Amino acid sequence: MSLLHLAILSPFLLAIFIPILYKLFRKVHTGWFVLPLPILLFSYFLSFISITSTHQTITESVPWIPALGVDFIAKVDGLGLLFALLITGIGSLVVLYSIYYLAKDKEKLNTFYVYLLLFMGAMLGVVLSDNLIVLYTFWEFTSFSSFLLIGFWYDREKSRYGAQKSMLITVFGGLSMLGGIILLYIMTGSFNISEIIDQAAAISTSPLFIPALVCILLGAFTKSAQFPFHIWLPDAMEAPTPVSAYLHSATMVKAGIYLVARMTPVFASEGLWLWLVAGFGIVTLFWGSFNAVKQTDLKAILAFSTVSQLGMIMSLLGLGAAALHFDDIDNSFFGAATAAAVFHLFNHATFKGSLFMVVGIVDHETGTRDIRKLGGLMNFMPITFTLAIIGTFSMAGLPPFNGFLSKEMFFTGMIRVTELNIFNFETWGMLFPVIAWIASVFTFIYSMILVFKTFTGKYQPEKLEKKPHEAPMGMLISPIVLASLVIIIGFFPNILSNSIISPALESILPNNDIDVHISFWHGFKPELFMTIGVIALGILLFLTLPKWRKVYNIFPKKLTFNRLYDSGLEMIQHASNKLTKTYMNGSIRSYLVYIFAFFIFILATTIAVKNAFTFDTSNISSIGFYEVLLALAVVIGSISILFVKSRMTAIILLGAVGYTVSLFYVLFRAPDLALTQLVIETISVALFLLCFYHLPKNRNEERNRFKLTNAIISIGVGAIVTVIALSAHSNKVFDSIAEYYVENTYTEAAGKNMVNVILVDFRGFDTLFEITVLTIAALGIFAMIKLRMGGKKKNENK
Amino acid sequence: MKTNDLILQTTTKVVLFIIILFSFHIFFAGHYTPGGGFVGGLLTSGAIILLMLAFDMKTVSLILPVNYIYMAATGLLFAGGTAAGALLFNVPLLTHAFGHVDLPILGDTALHTATIFDLGVFLVVVGVTMTIIQTIGEDE
Repeated sequence: MSLLHLAILSPFLLAIFIPILYKLFRKVHTGWFVLPLPILLFSYFLSFISITSTHQTITESVPWIPALGVDFIAKVDGLGLLFALLITGIGSLVVLYSIYYLAKDKEKLNTFYVYLLLFMGAMLGVVLSDNLIVLYTFWEFTSFSSFLLIGFWYDREKSRYGAQKSMLITVFGGLSMLGGIILLYIMTGSFNISEIIDQAAAISTSPLFIPALVCILLGAFTKSAQFPFHIWLPDAMEAPTPVSAYLHSATMVKAGIYLVARMTPVFASEGLWLWLVAGFGIVTLFWGSFNAVKQTDLKAILAFSTVSQLGMIMSLLGLGAAALHFDDIDNSFFGAATAAAVFHLFNHATFKGSLFMVVGIVDHETGTRDIRKLGGLMNFMPITFTLAIIGTFSMAGLPPFNGFLSKEMFFTGMIRVTELNIFNFETWGMLFPVIAWIASVFTFIYSMILVFKTFTGKYQPEKLEKKPHEAPMGMLISPIVLASLVIIIGFFPNILSNSIISPALESILPNNDIDVHISFWHGFKPELFMTIGVIALGILLFLTLPKWRKVYNIFPKKLTFNRLYDSGLEMIQHASNKLTKTYMNGSIRSYLVYIFAFFIFILATTIAVKNAFTFDTSNISSIGFYEVLLALAVVIGSISILFVKSRMTAIILLGAVGYTVSLFYVLFRAPDLALTQLVIETISVALFLLCFYHLPKNRNEERNRFKLTNAIISIGVGAIVTVIALSAHSNKVFDSIAEYYVENTYTEAAGKNMVNVILVDFRGFDTLFEITVLTIAALGIFAMIKLRMGGKKKNENK
Repeated sequence: MKTNDLILQTTTKVVLFIIILFSFHIFFAGHYTPGGGFVGGLLTSGAIILLMLAFDMKTVSLILPVNYIYMAATGLLFAGGTAAGALLFNVPLLTHAFGHVDLPILGDTALHTATIFDLGVFLVVVGVTMTIIQTIGEDE
């Protein structure tokens, strides 16, 4: 166990002590106990920068399940470190923010911080594990802790709905990812990512390649809220705002991005990966930004915005993968697309985190998040307003903020797609820059809505629950830190390039030397004009928003993915309920029909498939007069039971059949059996008579009604058993072991009645338990008759 | 009208002992001739049932103050004890021992632990049948 492992597991360890600390120190906000840990971890991970920036990695291994090749391998490389810094850095800020956001005496802070720490540890585990099974374990841990955090206010129905939805979707993806991991293991014989990457060439020729690719991508897309799995993210906004800021903007939703980036060296050699990732990314980008404009809830806007930005990162990663796929084109350029992805990943975490916190402040100070009720808050909350401006302008891609730089790089990437010349890409490839541009226009619009509808315009005090005022300083620290990062990176982007982005690129695209240089000014390139176009059209559309808002009404409300999810869930429930009701009808008669029909079916098929029916008359003994007579008696007796009217007759006939059977035993020289059968038959007939004497008097004795199914099934069972008996008799392979008993009954067991000797001596073990069975039966009858508590109660009620 | 069961009761008094003797015979001879604990037990309980038919259940329980559930349990104990007893002699479960023993009064007698096992079966069978009959018979 190295220090690195301890660092990954430390949030789990601290989570154990949080409830104790909460109970012991009721006067101190529990968040203060949590805060030091992420800060400590952040500074610990900062110390790795010097190692990764020289393109070295740190690997520490602890055996977990060595027999299955599952070891807890912690590996720090550029990509993992970037995420670890995001998780711990924003984690510290979120914890600080939550201390002021969540009231000490109203909320269950112990559970909140336990969940949050679980999540933090799980997320660190996801990004720093080199073993896929360990990664998957932590991956599901993030799903669970996210579920718990979304449902934090579990007394609200919407929270529970959102938590369930996110759980179902992400666990669905998680399980399919597990399938992908197992397929990868089958192909390579290893769970370790670094070893899998070494065998990438062999994987791409395997028939399991495409299933594995699709399974892994499903996991990544569901987690990262890609189209059409994005629907859980807006509903997850029911979580407390610190949770939304942390999980649903900066960290968890980027786990899918991380997975795609991590798996790029494995899968990117095939074009399918490239087109799937880039295609789904660009669709998500458009769909998210398009839908964000129509939202009226601030957090819903941010949720769709997150969806859209994640789509943008995803499409850049997809394009970046082209660097591994095509050898003939200029690699440095596609490397730059990946660099843009990493850069934007970082930028998005900063501005989206701060925006969520700003929205949380607005919600906290006014009591609502509805933009129709908000307006004119600028004068009351100047600091919050400034922070919002910085965040949204960066999100919209305006200079001089960091969003501008990544958006420029994004456009560069999209324009160059058209140069790829496979899959008829001259024509279809044109869609990429066009969609990207339109999506950016929408991004601009909702960014403007977010800031201007909230902070400018008419102040409507009558609609607000509280009188707005500036947030306390503690609440503002975190967004201020993030917003200053937005500006600093905007002005000095290259402080990141060598320390963070370049090592991360090294992990995504190994063996490609890419010189990362983010320049603020490209010159008069198409990207610049595209941005100018976005701003111009965006301003125009924002100002005329009320006039074209009706566009959103064109799509009927029934055709949304939420509707599909809801009705799908309902349909599955309904259908399975219906299905169960059709065959589980509660009638024993039907169940017997199923059992016997299956019995006939399975045996008949086996006989037919194996061609097993044989009929051999060579070793049968001769049939005498008495056998025929007795057989006739049994057959007549059994058949008449089916047709007699009165129950009494049926019982007596049953007795007759039983006595005939004992005569058979006499005939076939089994005196012990004959004796026993005689006495037992007498007792059981007597018991039957007893039973039927007690049946209700008013019950009409009617004949059994004829049912065709019953007839067919009973004839089938009889036929199949006969066939099997005949075949079994004709196929005697070995001699009987009876010889041994005949020879040794007297010498070994000092007896002459072989049956009895077998019962008490050779195989006395069976007898021991048969008498146990008898005793249990007697006790059962005794208990059933003597203990009738339920019946007594009923009688009292009457 | 008051019925008189004199003939039945008198016959029972004679026949009962014959049946019991027969059932004991069948039980003890089981190792050499058809019979054994199971049939022996059934016949013994048959004799008791005859007694119940001729007289009534209360009288029978006065004559034979036996708790049949305990009887079945004792039978299980005998059978299980015989089975487990073998373990004391460091041989596998249910290994029987037999031999000729010179007893003071009976002289040279063949003894077999299987008889103890069979006695267990006998007791269980009597206990079980009588429990069932008695429970159902006493039920209103």
